[in-house]
Amino acid sequence: MALLDIEDLRVTFTTGDGDVNAVNGVSFSIDEGETLAIVGESGSGKSQTAFAAMGLLARNGRATGQIRYDGRNLLELKQKELNRVRSEEIGMIFQDPMTSLNPYMRISDQMAEVLTLHKGMTKRDAVAEATKMLDAVKIPDAKNRITMFPHEFSGGMRQRIMIAMALLCQPRLLIADEPTTALDVTVQAQIMELMAEIRAEFGTAIILITHDLGIVADTCERTLVMYGGQIMETGPTDKLFERPTHPYTLGLLRAVPRIDRDDETLSTIAGEPPDMSRLPKGCPFTPRCAWAHGPCPTLRPELLPAEGYPAIRRACHAPVEEVK
Amino acid sequence: MLNYVLRRVAIAVPTILLLVVISFVLMYAAPGGPFNSERPLPAQVMANIEARYGLDQPYWKQMTTYIWNVVVHFDFGPSFQYRDRTVNDVIAQGFPVTLTYGFWSFIVALVVGVSLGVAAAIRHNTWLDYLAVGISIGAQVLPNFVMAPILVLVFTLWLGWLPGGGWQGGQIEYIILPVIALSTSYMASIARITRSSMLEVMNAGFIRTARAKGLPTSRIIWKHALKPTMLPVLSYLGPAFVGMITGSVIIDVFFSTGGIGQFFVNSAFNRDYSVIMGITILVGVLTVTFNLVVDLLYAWIDPKIRY
Amino acid sequence: MSLNPDPGTADRLLAAQAAAEVKGRSLWKDARQRFMRNRAATAGLVALVAICIFAFFGGFLAQYEPDYVDFSLIGSNASKGVPSLETGHYFGTDSSGRDLYARTVQGTRISLLVGIVGAGVAVIVGTLYGAIAGYRGGRTDGAMMRTVDILMSVPYMFVLILMLVIFGRSILMLFIGIGLISWLDMSRIARGQTLTIKGKEFVEAAHATGVRPMTIILRHIVPNLLGLVIVYATLLVPQMIITESFISFLGLGIQEPNTSLGALISNGASNMQYGVIWQLAFPLFFFVITLFAFFFVGDGLRDALDPKDR
Repeated sequence: MALLDIEDLRVTFTTGDGDVNAVNGVSFSIDEGETLAIVGESGSGKSQTAFAAMGLLARNGRATGQIRYDGRNLLELKQKELNRVRSEEIGMIFQDPMTSLNPYMRISDQMAEVLTLHKGMTKRDAVAEATKMLDAVKIPDAKNRITMFPHEFSGGMRQRIMIAMALLCQPRLLIADEPTTALDVTVQAQIMELMAEIRAEFGTAIILITHDLGIVADTCERTLVMYGGQIMETGPTDKLFERPTHPYTLGLLRAVPRIDRDDETLSTIAGEPPDMSRLPKGCPFTPRCAWAHGPCPTLRPELLPAEGYPAIRRACHAPVEEVK
Repeated sequence: MLNYVLRRVAIAVPTILLLVVISFVLMYAAPGGPFNSERPLPAQVMANIEARYGLDQPYWKQMTTYIWNVVVHFDFGPSFQYRDRTVNDVIAQGFPVTLTYGFWSFIVALVVGVSLGVAAAIRHNTWLDYLAVGISIGAQVLPNFVMAPILVLVFTLWLGWLPGGGWQGGQIEYIILPVIALSTSYMASIARITRSSMLEVMNAGFIRTARAKGLPTSRIIWKHALKPTMLPVLSYLGPAFVGMITGSVIIDVFFSTGGIGQFFVNSAFNRDYSVIMGITILVGVLTVTFNLVVDLLYAWIDPKIRY
Repeated sequence: MSLNPDPGTADRLLAAQAAAEVKGRSLWKDARQRFMRNRAATAGLVALVAICIFAFFGGFLAQYEPDYVDFSLIGSNASKGVPSLETGHYFGTDSSGRDLYARTVQGTRISLLVGIVGAGVAVIVGTLYGAIAGYRGGRTDGAMMRTVDILMSVPYMFVLILMLVIFGRSILMLFIGIGLISWLDMSRIARGQTLTIKGKEFVEAAHATGVRPMTIILRHIVPNLLGLVIVYATLLVPQMIITESFISFLGLGIQEPNTSLGALISNGASNMQYGVIWQLAFPLFFFVITLFAFFFVGDGLRDALDPKDR
C-alpha cells in the first residue's frame, strides 16, 4: 500500500475578488522510501498540495478529495489526531529558513519541544537527542551552539536545523517545500546532498517541491510536473528528462540555460501564468502551447500512459510523436 | 547585554539633568517668581528660601545649589506657598495616592487590554473580534476627563453604588472609579495594538512551522506568538505611562483624591514654583526610569537587540 | 523545432489577454477605491463634513448670541433652562443663562480649529525634522533622534501647564504649545519612512543614473511620505482636540467668553448633580462624534494606503 495516496484533491481559496482554484483534481501517490519531485512555476499549486496534506492551508482555503496516509483520510482528521500525524508521521520544511525558525526562541527550545510533546521525553533528554541530530546534519560544535538563537546561524545552517528538527520524531515522510530556493547555489548542493544521505540512512520518503529542475535530477526517483493546479506529466525522472512527452515539460527543459551549447538566445515559454480564478474548462496550458488544437480549450485531457513510453503518464491531446 | 543597559542609563542621566535645568530656568524667568521681586512673598517663606538658596549668590551658584540638593539629598526645598511645609512634605502626602490608583490603572489597562486583543486575534472575524474592536474604538474616544463625569453620573448619581470622590486612605470603593476612568482609553489602545500585532505574528513563517510540528494551539500562542506580539505593546507602554501620569491630574481634580496631580494644579494657580518644579522633576525621573525598564524588557524579548 | 509559437498561437494569446481585461491601476485611485469600500471610513467622512457644517454655519440657526446672558434664567436653570424648541434654546442653557446651542457651535468650531492647526504645526515641524534626519543619516540622524528621545521623556503636559501659567493663556500659546507636543511622534514616523524609502531600489537607481538629490527628494521621497503623513495627520487631530479639552477641563485653556468642547464638558460635568444633564450631554455628544469620525477616517486612510496593515 502506498504511504501517501492523494485522490482528486481540490483546493479553493475564497477571496474578495472571487474564488481561486489553486489545485484542480490532483491524484498521485508515493511509496515508502521513495523520492518524488513536484515541479512547477509559482502558482502552479504545488505548495498548496503539500499544505493541504498537512492541514496548513490559510483560513480562507478549503480542500476536498482524499489524502490517505496509512489508509486514513488526513482531510477528515480532528485537530488532535492531525497534530499527532504532524511531525511524528509527516515532517515538513519550508522555503525560507530565516523566517521559518522562531527568532525569539533558542534552537534548543524549539527543537526539544517536538520531543517533549510528541515523545514525552524530559527536557534534558530531548536536548541531548536534538544535539545528536544537529551533529547528524553536520552543524559544527552542535553541543555549544544549540543554545544560540537563529539569527546567529547562516542561511544554510538554518535550513539544516530545520531539516534536523523535522526529522526528530523520525517521520516516514518528509515534505520539503522549496528548501533551497532562498539559498546560495553552493549551499543548495550541500542541502541536496544532505537529503540524499537522510534518505539513505533513515529510509524516509521525500516529496521535494521545487521550480528548479536542476536539483531534481540527482535526488528524485520520480517527478511530477504541475501547471495551473493540474498534473501535466509524471514519470521516472531519468526517463522524463530524457524524453519529455508534454509541451510544458519540454518547454521547461529547453528553458534551462546550458553552457555546453552555443545558443544565442535563451529559450522561453511565451505567455503568462494562468489566472487561477478564471481557468478554462480544458487544458490550462492551451494559451501558451504550440501544439494546441481543437479539443484543448474545452476538453480537459486525462492523465494517461504515453504511447510508446508506458512509464510516463501525460495529460495532453497532442500525439506523442509530434511533441518534440 | 550589559553594554546595552549601560548605554540606556547613560542617556537617562543627561535627560534628568536637562529637566532639572529647564525647570530651574523657567522658575527664574517666571514673572512673579521668588527671584523677581514683583510679587512679594510672605516673610517666613522668603526667609526659608534665603536660608536655602542664598539669594545674594550669583545665579549659577543658586542653580548648582539647587541641583545638588535635588540630586544628592533628594531635597526639593521649601514650598513657596506654605510657610511650614517643604516640597518633600507635599510630595510625601500626594504621591502614595497617585501611586496606588496609578499602579492599578496600569495593571488593569495592560491585563484587560492584552487579553481582549489576544482573544480578538484568535477569534478573528467572529463576533468576539468585532465586539473587542468595537469596545476598543469606543473606549478610545473616552479619555479620562470624559469617562470620569460619565462614571460618576451612572455609579454615583443614578445608582448610588460608589462614592463620587474623596480618598479616605485608599479604601477600595474610592479606588474603583478613578481606576476605571484612568485606564479605559489606554486599555483600548493596548487592545488594538495587541490585536493587530498578534494577527501579524500569527501569519509569520515560524508559526506555520510550529503548526507543522504538531504543537497544540495553546502552546503556539503562549510559547511562540506571545513574546513577539508584545513588542509593539511594550513600545506603547512608555507613552501610556506618561499619559497616565498626566491623566492623574484630571483624576485628582475631579475625584478630589489628593494625589500629586491635585497639588500640581493648585501650585500652578498659586505660583508655588518649587512645588511645581519638584513634581515635574519627580515625574520626569519616573518616566525615564520606566522607559529604561521597558527598554530592558524589549531586549529580553528580542535577542537580536542585545548584541 | 523551437518552441517559439507559430502566429496562430500569438493571436490566441492576444485574444486571451484581451478577454482577461487586465487594467493597470494607479496608487491613488486604488487607495480611493479601498477607502470608499470601507463603510466605517465613509460614514466617518460624512460625519466630519456634517460636523464642519454645524461648526461653521450652525450659528446662523441660533437664536441667541453665544455670550448673551439671560439673567432671568440664572438660578432656575433646572426648570427653565431645559432644551426646547419654543424658547429657542435648542440645547438648553448653561448655568450662566447662555444659549447652549450657540455655545456648542462655537465650542465645536474652536475645538476643530485648535485640533487642525495644532495637528498642522505638529505635522509640518515633525515631518521636516524627521525627513531631514532620515535623509542625512549618519551622525546628524543620530544626534537629531537622540534629542527627540530625550524630549519624549519629558512630561510635556506638565511643562505645558507650567508655560501656560507662566506666560499667560493666549490662544496663540495654546496652539503653539499643543502643536509642539506631538511633533516628536511625527518626526519619528517621518524619519522611519524616509529611511525605508531611501533604501529602496528605485531611489538607488535614480541616484545611479545621475538624478540630482533635490530631484530625488521631490520626485521620489516626498510623494511616498505624503500618504503616511496624511494618515497620521488625520489621526493627530483628535489627539489635539483631546489635549486641548484636557487643559480646558483643568481651567487652564481657552479663556472666557470663548469656549471649547473641553470647557463645555467641564462645566457640564461640574453641574451634573443639579439635574441639568443636557449641559453635559450635548457637548459630550459632539465631542465623541467628532473623535469617532476622525478615527474612522484616519483608520480608513491607513487601510487604503497600506493594505497590509489590518
